[in-house]
Amino acid sequence: MNLRQQRNRSLLVKLLVSTVLMFGFGFLLVPLYDVFCDITGLNGKLQNTGALTQAYPINQQRQVRVQFLAVNNEAMPWTLRPARSEISVHPGEMTQTAFMAVNPTNRPMVAQAIPSVAPSAAAKYLHKVNCFCFEQQPLGAGEEQEMPLVFMVDDELPDYIQTITLSYTLFDITPELRPANDVVNSATRSAL
Amino acid sequence: MGNVEQVVHSAGHHGPAKGLTRWLFTTNHKDIGTLYLLFSLTMFFVGGCMALTIRAELFQPGLQLIRPEFFNQMTTSHGLIMVFGAVMPAFVGLANWLIPIMIGAPDMALPRMNNWSFWILPFAFAMMLSTLLMEGGGPNFGWTFYAPLSTTYAPPSVTFFIFAVHMMGISSIMGAINVIATILNMRTPGMKLMDMPLFVWTWLITAFLLIAVMPVLAGVVTMMLMDIHFGTSFFDAAGGGDPVLFQHVFWFFGHPEVYIMILPAFGVVSEIIPTFARKRLFGYTSMVYATASIALLSFIVWAHHMFAVGMPLAGELFFMYTTMLIAVPTGVKIFNWVATMFRGSMTFETPMLFALAFVVLFTIGGFSGLMLSIAPADFQYHDTYFVVAHFHYVLVPGSVFSIMAAAYYWLPKWTGNMYNETMGKLHFWLSFIGVNVTFFPMHFLGLAGMPRRIPDYALQFADFNMVATLGAFLFGLSQLLFVYNVVCCIRSGKKASNEVWEGSHGLEWTLSSPPPYHSFIEPPIFSHPYKDGHRGE
Repeated sequence: MNLRQQRNRSLLVKLLVSTVLMFGFGFLLVPLYDVFCDITGLNGKLQNTGALTQAYPINQQRQVRVQFLAVNNEAMPWTLRPARSEISVHPGEMTQTAFMAVNPTNRPMVAQAIPSVAPSAAAKYLHKVNCFCFEQQPLGAGEEQEMPLVFMVDDELPDYIQTITLSYTLFDITPELRPANDVVNSATRSAL
Repeated sequence: MGNVEQVVHSAGHHGPAKGLTRWLFTTNHKDIGTLYLLFSLTMFFVGGCMALTIRAELFQPGLQLIRPEFFNQMTTSHGLIMVFGAVMPAFVGLANWLIPIMIGAPDMALPRMNNWSFWILPFAFAMMLSTLLMEGGGPNFGWTFYAPLSTTYAPPSVTFFIFAVHMMGISSIMGAINVIATILNMRTPGMKLMDMPLFVWTWLITAFLLIAVMPVLAGVVTMMLMDIHFGTSFFDAAGGGDPVLFQHVFWFFGHPEVYIMILPAFGVVSEIIPTFARKRLFGYTSMVYATASIALLSFIVWAHHMFAVGMPLAGELFFMYTTMLIAVPTGVKIFNWVATMFRGSMTFETPMLFALAFVVLFTIGGFSGLMLSIAPADFQYHDTYFVVAHFHYVLVPGSVFSIMAAAYYWLPKWTGNMYNETMGKLHFWLSFIGVNVTFFPMHFLGLAGMPRRIPDYALQFADFNMVATLGAFLFGLSQLLFVYNVVCCIRSGKKASNEVWEGSHGLEWTLSSPPPYHSFIEPPIFSHPYKDGHRGE
């Protein structure tokens, strides 16, 4: 093995290693994206769930409107409705409301609600002490369930934001029986 | 030097092997370069037929020829084939042919890998094209394959598409590794990095871009594969994933990718213009730095493709300003080419005509890119024919014209025969007219609001679409002239001298035309082309 071959080989190894590293970097972009959204509060990704870690003063002078939305994803047959579509709250005040979920089908199903906050800048000031975010909710055929939500708006919320919208999208995650078009898809897939 | 030396010594006294196995087993950079170029030409016609199918359907409003589902498969396959099958392999082919003879190397640094990286490609594209015949059809989600179109709603054949992209990625990465190893280790003694021809420089930078972003492309299609088959939720909101993430990861690959397709073109034009202006290239050093700056900037501008997804103002501004910044090094290049021609004794052979058209039309494409980079205006232009006009102006009279220019410029060197100059010029003028008639009206269509990727359109867009279709058929059919010219040139023609062109410069022109099967077995003595009076000022 002469010098040039050695140099070619060591360069080859280095370049292959960088290829593997860049492949890994592609996957690293996934958590980086989430971290970036968390830090900046962009994308309305959910933050501040669980019990409060500190006391927040109640500001009686200020009122913030909080609106609730519920949307079904594609073939989801459930109905999800907020008990009240809009509540006016004082910052710092702990408020309880609920969403009503109904499974109108004749089979048991599991759903999962993905929350999103708009405007995204408000995401970090909306504390959700109790919410059903990302939780799997099974319901039997024709069953109905109240899904409680306890939240508080931080007084640090920038002044220009007077209305916060909390929106839930309900997804069907029933394991064995997936939505109709998915079943067709996997059937054609296995046929190939 | 192991592989190279063995090949050289065993085959040094005779030419290439006979028959089909010559092409299957070859490790010779000239053979592999030829294979790449022929493959690219084939794919250019396959993708071109798809483009003409699209244009034929759009000749008139209403649905005449094909179903909308098939139309979507045509737009998607046309894009994928032109990007990964025509433009990229053409540049790899040029790199294979030219880099060793430009830097005085006997062959590429890793010749067996070179063979492998080519022979993966026909299989990858056979697999991708076969999806068009499968149940549910081929890829129909646009060449950018945005999730969830390419995951939840994709045709069942998407898995084949994913593996085809994996194979193309492996091929490109191996090609890039080979180019880097060749350029860094195989230069003839005395040739420093800053002595290298600009084509070699632009390819070195392109190869680094390939190594940086092709693995990310492999990553993103792997994530798609996992979402589709293994129940992960990278891009599925139901599992806490995010479809916008797909666009970020894709364009992190995608934007450097568009420079992968244009930087070698800059290199080609920087070789051709000095030859026919009979002057040395103006601002060699600034050209190198401009290329490197464009490559570095390409990593921080990706989100200008997604201004409309709902980014915060700070993000829009950041990506808008960094994108505009790219116009600076690109402008440096354009002005350098113009300064090279300034007061030169110019002649207008076919390669020069293509190179000049490149400079002018690529600049038009650059300007429409600058318009698109203005975030508030982009909301109007986003996903309209204006975008289609922009990227076709940088890719067709940009990349493709530079490849045509390179083919005409080095064809006499490769084959030993001159091509037919009259036919070449005819090909140029038909292409030049065809390209502009096809793509210029698309600017107006886009500004008037015609969305891209639609098989039918509102009546007010009818006239410009008809014009564009006529231009497309003119452009498409005139490429047959090119094929005819190349075939004639390979078979016979006026013998070319070693220098071929009066103003040619560089080591490749010191070889005979055609060059021996194994060239530069002994490293040539390198003397700086700018210092030895070869084409001094």
